[in-house]
Parts: sequence; structure tokens; C-alpha cells
Amino acid sequence: MAAVAYEIKLDQFEGPLDLLLHLVHKNEMDIQDIKIATITAQYLKHLEMMKMRNMDVASEFLLMAATLLYLKSRTLLPPTRTELDDEGEDPEEELKARLLEYQRYKEGAQQLEAYPRLFRDVFPRPPLTLENEELASRPADAEINVSLYDLVCALNEVLRPKPQPAVHRVERGALSVTQGVHMLLRNLHGKERVSFQSCFSAATTRLEVVVQFMALLELARLQLLELQQYTRGGTIYLYPAESIRTGSYTDIEHMIDVEAYADL
Amino acid sequence: MQISDLKARVEAVLFSSDTALSAAKLEQILEVEAEQLRVALQQLQHECQQEGRGVILQEVAGGFQLRTRPEYAHWVMQLRRTRHMNLSRAATETLAIIAYRQPVTRAEIEGLRGVDSGGIARTLLEKDLVRVAGKKDAPGRPLLYATSARFLEIFGLNSLDDLPTLRDLKIDELERDREVELEMDFESQEGVKIE
Repeated sequence: MAAVAYEIKLDQFEGPLDLLLHLVHKNEMDIQDIKIATITAQYLKHLEMMKMRNMDVASEFLLMAATLLYLKSRTLLPPTRTELDDEGEDPEEELKARLLEYQRYKEGAQQLEAYPRLFRDVFPRPPLTLENEELASRPADAEINVSLYDLVCALNEVLRPKPQPAVHRVERGALSVTQGVHMLLRNLHGKERVSFQSCFSAATTRLEVVVQFMALLELARLQLLELQQYTRGGTIYLYPAESIRTGSYTDIEHMIDVEAYADL
Repeated sequence: MQISDLKARVEAVLFSSDTALSAAKLEQILEVEAEQLRVALQQLQHECQQEGRGVILQEVAGGFQLRTRPEYAHWVMQLRRTRHMNLSRAATETLAIIAYRQPVTRAEIEGLRGVDSGGIARTLLEKDLVRVAGKKDAPGRPLLYATSARFLEIFGLNSLDDLPTLRDLKIDELERDREVELEMDFESQEGVKIE
């Protein structure tokens, strides 16, 4: 039946006291003069409804039901001798006191709930950046309070099994910038000009392309070649210097700034 | 120094801080007397209260902090998209009990609420709203719960004195409790029963 699906989300009570308080208010009673018989009947009916909706009725609710039934029975029967002798707390007064006490805190909680709450109603400045956060919020002279609970939490964090780090192996390319320069020199030998693209035709990996490009820049820096582009976005041409074209250069290796390319 | 000048300095410093700053800290930063600072803070607070301002100067957990006005939460949320701390009714109720009764044991909380509250107490600990304030000198040495500084910050309270006042229908009960205590004291010391 479709109706069943709608029945589940009804008033949820935090506990037996919450339910009792609800019933007291619904009947417009005062806690001080509760009609035990009325409240007990309604309370039991409510438990019945909770069971019908397949809700787990917690033991606390059943305990309260037993207490209510006991109180109701007391109103029907004359007091026993032991009860007369017993100068202890009247269980009915005790229940009323508990209800009043519970109501106070419930009201307190409701007021607290309505207070402007941080990150819900009001917002402070966020920390500027993550790495500055520690510095910003904990000045060097500030006292830092760490409770035992914080320490145990931190320890748990450390003890938690670490995930295996994903290993990514990087193979270093065999080509050095010096080698790149030599390749480029061979390429340029005896030629008037060479297109930019053709310098990279031999490169097979990204790293080789980078090394080749750096070799190109290096030769340009040494003024051993000139770069020209005739139209915007057009082909870039390399014009080798006289010494390269004829192969009459000497000692080029000493001129290359090897230090700068140490990482390659 | 002109008070208006100091006020502007206070505002600048508070604006740049992501935490509440105590009066002592502000005095130290701005190199001013406590009295001057107090006046400047008061004026700044008053100005922020005026209509047409987007921020308020709030006194939280013993410090001062500029915070956005509650009315504009919707718009600030568009920018921040932070998830605020969601507290269930049961959690708020438990938190209120801890706030008013601290330090308090789990058994005492459960006595007041009439339901198991261990899970909620743990959640409140994890959210840093509640701290363990020690152990009660009673059988089993149960943990004592109290609220944290974070609690004051989250609810915008300067101290526990700012908690909403509870309906005071328990005054006579408190008196009675005190009498009982006195009675017991005398009994233990003198063996005399007081009526």
C-alpha cells in the first residue's frame, strides 16, 4: 500500500521523556498535575504505533511504559503498608521532577539552536592559504592546548595502515644537450637553411624533443644560427652561421654551458 | 592618537585576522592602553551594529572577531560553499546539557535525557565541541565532559555566562539540595541532626 511509505517519516522522539513531554503539551496539561491515566494510555498507544511502523522501540521506552503503568496502578489501589512506611521519594513526584528538568534543557537547546551559528549564519575570514594556516592561527607566543583525546586521535592517525604509494618510474633519456647540439650541427651542415620542424624529426620521446629544442636555443645563444619567421604563425627557419655551414667550427663543446643542463 | 584613528587600526587588524583576537593581543599589536582600546572597540562594535553594514564585531571565546551578519548568510554561502556543522536535535540537546551542567558524566547526561547518549557524546568530542575535563572521583572513575573553546566560537558566545538563561523553576529544588548537603555535613562532623 502506498500509504505505508508516507507513514515512516513522522515525529521522531529523542527518548521517552521527549515523548511524554509531547503528550503533556498536546493535552495542555501542566507537568505539576499530570493525569497519569490519560498520559499512560496515550503513551502506550504511541508505542503500539511505533511497533506497527516497524520502528525499533528502544528499551528506554519500555522502561518508561512500565513506570507509567506502575504509577497508574498506584492511583487505583490503596497504598500498601511498605509504601506508607517508606518516606523515600514519591515515584510520581520523581517523574515530574525529571520531566521539568528535561524540559528546561530542551528549551535551552532550542534557544541555543537559534543562536547565530558559525559557518551557518555568520562567517569569519577564512585562513588565507593552507600553508599559512598554522602560522596565521597559531602565533608563536600563543598557548596551544592539546588534550589527551587529541593525542590519541593523532596516534590513531599515525597507526592507520598507509596506502602503498603508487610507483611511477621515470626513465632518463639517453640524449644530452651536448649530443643534441652535435645532432643539430650535422643536420645543418652544408645547408643554407633548415625548417624548425625538421630539427625534431629524429626525436622519439618528449624528453628528446625538449633536449633538441634546448640545443637549438644554445646554438642561437652562441650566435651560431639565426632564427627567422616571415609570417605570423608561419614556419620558423634556422640559418646556420658560416662556420657551421662549412663545418669549420672548432671547440664548440667548450662553449656549451654544460652546467646549466646538468639535470638533462 | 585620535580615537577614530585607533578604531580604523583595530578594524584593519581584525579584518586581516582569521581568528578572534584578545584585547591583550590587540593592545600589544597596536601599542595602546587598555582603556583607549576598549573605547575604540566599543565604538567599532556600535558602528557595525548600524544598518547597512555587512559585518559585525563579535566577542567570542574571550576575543574579538569580525563576522558577517547572519542576514547575509545566504549570499556568503554562495561564495564559500562550506558545509556547516550539522547538529541533530539529540546532539544539540546533549550539548546543552553538557554546557549547563559541566563538568558532567555520561551517566548524568543519560539520567537527564532518559536515553543512551554515549554515541552522541563521542560525536561531540570528535567535532571538538566538547572536551574531556577529567575523571569524576566516583566508582568507575567516569569521564567528565565539558564544553570547549570551539563551542563558544561556534555559537558566538564570549563565555559560558552568555548561554541562554534556563527557566528557573528549580530554585527551591536547588535550595533543598543545599540543605540536604548541609545536613549531611553536620551529620558527619557532629553526629547532630538538624531539622
